[in-house]
Amino acid sequence: MAAQNLQSVPDQPAAPGAAAPAADQGQAQLEAEGQAYFDRVISEDSRIEPRDWMPAAYRKTLLRQISQHAHSEIIGMQPEANWISRAPSLKRKAILMAKVQDEAGHGLYLYSAAETLGQSRDQMMDDLIAGKARYSSIFNYPALTWADMGAIGWLVDGAAICNQVPLCRASYGPYGRAMVRICKEESFHQRQGFEILLELSNGTPAQKQMAQDAVNRWYAPALMMFGPPDDDSPNSKQSTAWNIKRFSNDELRSRFVGMMVEQVRVLGLTLPDSEVRFNEDTRKWEHGPLDWNEFKEVLAGRGPCNSQRLERRRQAHDDGAWVREAAAAYAHKQSMKTKEFAA
Amino acid sequence: MSPHGNPEVPASSATEINREAPKASPAAAPAETTGNAWGLWEVFVRSSRGLSHVHAGSLHAPDAAMALRNARDLYTRRNEGVSIWVVPADAIASSDPDAKGSFFESPQGKDYRHATYYTKSEGVKHL
Ligand SMILES: [Fe+2]
Ligand SMILES: [Fe+2]
Repeated sequence: MAAQNLQSVPDQPAAPGAAAPAADQGQAQLEAEGQAYFDRVISEDSRIEPRDWMPAAYRKTLLRQISQHAHSEIIGMQPEANWISRAPSLKRKAILMAKVQDEAGHGLYLYSAAETLGQSRDQMMDDLIAGKARYSSIFNYPALTWADMGAIGWLVDGAAICNQVPLCRASYGPYGRAMVRICKEESFHQRQGFEILLELSNGTPAQKQMAQDAVNRWYAPALMMFGPPDDDSPNSKQSTAWNIKRFSNDELRSRFVGMMVEQVRVLGLTLPDSEVRFNEDTRKWEHGPLDWNEFKEVLAGRGPCNSQRLERRRQAHDDGAWVREAAAAYAHKQSMKTKEFAA
Repeated sequence: MSPHGNPEVPASSATEINREAPKASPAAAPAETTGNAWGLWEVFVRSSRGLSHVHAGSLHAPDAAMALRNARDLYTRRNEGVSIWVVPADAIASSDPDAKGSFFESPQGKDYRHATYYTKSEGVKHL
């Protein structure tokens, strides 16, 4: 927005009462100018930065999406963290720890991005712990065997990558930048999962069966990570118009299925879906029906592990309280000492 | 904080130089200081010797020493840096994005500050 336009606005906020209509007018004009500036930035496919004017609905949509994304990374640590102590070798233990640590980092990058929209981190944490916030439904499924570490890395991180690569170009600068950082780190996540499955698949018949069983259980929930079908995704259109979303849910899902078809062959396993096929007319991959009722149930908090995941998060938060308090007290004491010394 | 993003704040607060408010909304409780809440720090990382520090992101920490450690764990897990700066977010002064027009006006129309302005020397060697 040009400064000369701003200068037409009175320096002091109008006193309530007499001058109020003038202030309203000034406000309305600012809104109109802000909207025009915002529209131009979006139409040029440029980026909106934290201190730019933005429509309230844009801010709200982003805040919801980024905070849900952050929560997903944080809750997403749990199914894998549960297996760190049971990893079959020191190498696998180190890899799994590095991956879980990455996911914590992803959560923190995203909380930072969400904070630039005016929500405090403590508030977001509180909302998550209070069960008021949503996160990806995928993390409410249990990780039953070691092969699940393979299936999660290959399918769940794989689907996440598919979703996240286009988000690197999201119109909101801090979100896009966080996604660039995240995507760089994700590729190792998928590869280590693929490797776990490949090793099991080339192992004993029982190990191969374990790998296949994990793929069978994680396949459909992973496909549902892309969100509801396009005709049942009311917010997608607006997100696309705002250049937050670049491809539709079904488009991304179809691409993902195509990639998995190739890769599962290398694994020597199969996808639990007899209806996967390449449609020559639409040039798109198709898959069998998904249980969207289950998706809604899990999202509504009635999945197999919802309460367990939240309870664990709550417990971790409480267990860490003394660390936060001690660090704050220490910092306070140190700053008092410095002041005393200066005086 | 954008005066327009928040209807609570009068638009007239658009001055040329703004002290960057804590990133939390002014409408929310003051982000720093209160109780155990940790302040916000901006992190700058030098990726290798000879390059400048570049903004990497932000984090919360109770003091500078913890901010540095957190920054190391958060932003340099894969040798991304040889040096880190952390700066309290509210110590950063920033130009107002809305004042773009006048604040950055000066270089406009001053093409003669660029070598490309001088065309007569084209084709002359070593010039
Ligand atoms: Fe992640
Ligand atoms: Fe990941």
